[in-house]
Amino acid sequence: MRTRPVRTRPVRIRSMRTSDMKTTIIAFAALLAAPAMAQTAPQNSSRDLGAPIPEGGEVETVEESQGLTGSVSFEGNLDDLGIAIPAFATDRDGPTPANSQGTAALGTELARVITSDLRNNGLFKPTGPDSLPRPTYPEITAPNFATWSNRGAEMLVQGYVRARGDGRLTIGCYLYDMQLRSELVREGWVVPPADWRRAAHKCADLVYSRLTGESPFFDSRIAYIAETGPKDNRTKRLAIMDSDGANHRFITTGQSTALTPRYSPDYRKLTYLSYVDGNPRIYVYDIGTGTQTLITQSANPTFAPRWSPDGRWILYSMAVGGNTDIYRVSANGGGRSEKLTDAPGIDIGGSYSPDGSRIVFESDRSGVQQCYVMNADGSNQRRISFGSARCATPEWSPRGDQIAFTNTSNFNVSVMSPGGGNVRQLTSGWQDEAPTWSPNGRIVQFFRTERNTGSTSLWQVDLTGENLRELPTPVDASDPAWGPILP
Amino acid sequence: MTTRKIAFALATGTLALAACSKKAPEQLPPAPQQEGTTTPTPTATAPNNGPGTQQHFLQTVGQANTVIYFGLDQYNVDAEDQRILQTQAQYFSQYPNVTFTIEGHADERGTREYNLALGERRANAAKNYLVSVGIPANRIRTISYGKERPVAMGSNEQAWAQNRRAATVVIN
Repeated sequence: MRTRPVRTRPVRIRSMRTSDMKTTIIAFAALLAAPAMAQTAPQNSSRDLGAPIPEGGEVETVEESQGLTGSVSFEGNLDDLGIAIPAFATDRDGPTPANSQGTAALGTELARVITSDLRNNGLFKPTGPDSLPRPTYPEITAPNFATWSNRGAEMLVQGYVRARGDGRLTIGCYLYDMQLRSELVREGWVVPPADWRRAAHKCADLVYSRLTGESPFFDSRIAYIAETGPKDNRTKRLAIMDSDGANHRFITTGQSTALTPRYSPDYRKLTYLSYVDGNPRIYVYDIGTGTQTLITQSANPTFAPRWSPDGRWILYSMAVGGNTDIYRVSANGGGRSEKLTDAPGIDIGGSYSPDGSRIVFESDRSGVQQCYVMNADGSNQRRISFGSARCATPEWSPRGDQIAFTNTSNFNVSVMSPGGGNVRQLTSGWQDEAPTWSPNGRIVQFFRTERNTGSTSLWQVDLTGENLRELPTPVDASDPAWGPILP
Repeated sequence: MTTRKIAFALATGTLALAACSKKAPEQLPPAPQQEGTTTPTPTATAPNNGPGTQQHFLQTVGQANTVIYFGLDQYNVDAEDQRILQTQAQYFSQYPNVTFTIEGHADERGTREYNLALGERRANAAKNYLVSVGIPANRIRTISYGKERPVAMGSNEQAWAQNRRAATVVIN
């Protein structure tokens, strides 16, 4: 029988001194495995759903640095920054559900995941554990700098993994500056074994943030649509994965077409469009229970669901007599929908500013697709995109400083300022569309369609327009939606 | 019957229109597909090929008269579309118990969500015309498939012209 951990409130221990190698864990509500609640009888709207997937456990931060103290010696281009990432050490090689070969093998895997994160990001030159010596457990907090200094790396990432008595893992991560021969940052986490990769992503985030000054983004997930089959009979399934493509899972079986998913800000729900009842309708899927509900009872088709940043509202678009407008409804369900636009034509989509006060959306009220901004209550609607570009699928950056959109004049992904200025084209595929932001607002992800075949794939590119790369997915992929940093 | 008169009156102009219009797909698209999760498609082996079946509708009006086509980003029902829809209206007037669905579609050169709304707008344009010539609105269901169900597979103007369509299907 499938089990899943009971949800508990996250426990974070802040303000521990860097020098305190404390491992004291505050008494923590045990993550007892409990049988999943008996599922209610399958309803019409849930017949396309696969078995519920296990929810992630909590990641507990057990030691944390005192912010950014001290300087970094490296002053060159980050692209050239060599980072050595040897296998994480373990105090005692023992069994763990996270790796069939024990904690020592898991230590190598952790370093591989961190290396892959930092390499794929394109900013650094990491060297992974497969071509480096393995430090001993005591060396993690006292590196043998002489060993590493003749390997040409400017930075050293070391860490450890320990199996705890309760089955969970304690994983520590340390960043050292080779030239200064000093520690730049450290952090440790206690994770359920199934979530070991999250500790690796958190370590990569720690290194990335310390060296670039940017906010983290690796410890996050992506919802998207997995596509298979010929162009005239595509199967489109709702699927989710970690930011690096790992832990891939299908949510729907593919019997009905699923489109345009969005993670709720707390990652507990997904909203998306499904044809499961024969019509395009928006549902909210609860990841914990594996059930879904309609967001609004209406005979009209509903499209383009979006969460507000605080998770309290869902925006959706509804066509009445062929005229599409944007509505807002409480995410808890049961509330009345509030109509935010009433222009003749297609008003659709919408993306909140990070503070939730404004919404950027798409409208063809001028005759062609353009982007508009309004207050969250629908007031003060004004067009922001002018010039040659046609503006569709606008997405407000989590940092608030940019809006990404699809330029439907030539199907590239571009960014502009929230006022509509400083338009910059980031991509140039045959058809690129539907941008979504990394949690830190530094990377734009989108999907690319191939001419004639209709083959689709996920891509991402830096806000600078550099480091374009394809994300590996098991099958064709579209409609990516990158969630925030995991809670 | 009014619709019949109009249909005859417009029939002569149709050939000329087809030559220069936005549409004119050289090969006709296959019959519209039905939503996989709804009622199964009536088959030849089934006894139900009388009025109220897709087969009967197709045989009576002709496949070419089950679909209207649109210009790029357009949803207006022009003279040729009106002739086709009048042919459909004749059928649905003759069989007043038959309910039917208009499927709206878009070509692949549009964003996914906008195309869903555009397909809905096209299906409604066809529906509104049928209502205007006397078919009760409560017999007509509309559904948009956006760009999800192309009938022409290429990525070229000709294929896109075939995919910008509103297809009438009888689902019983």
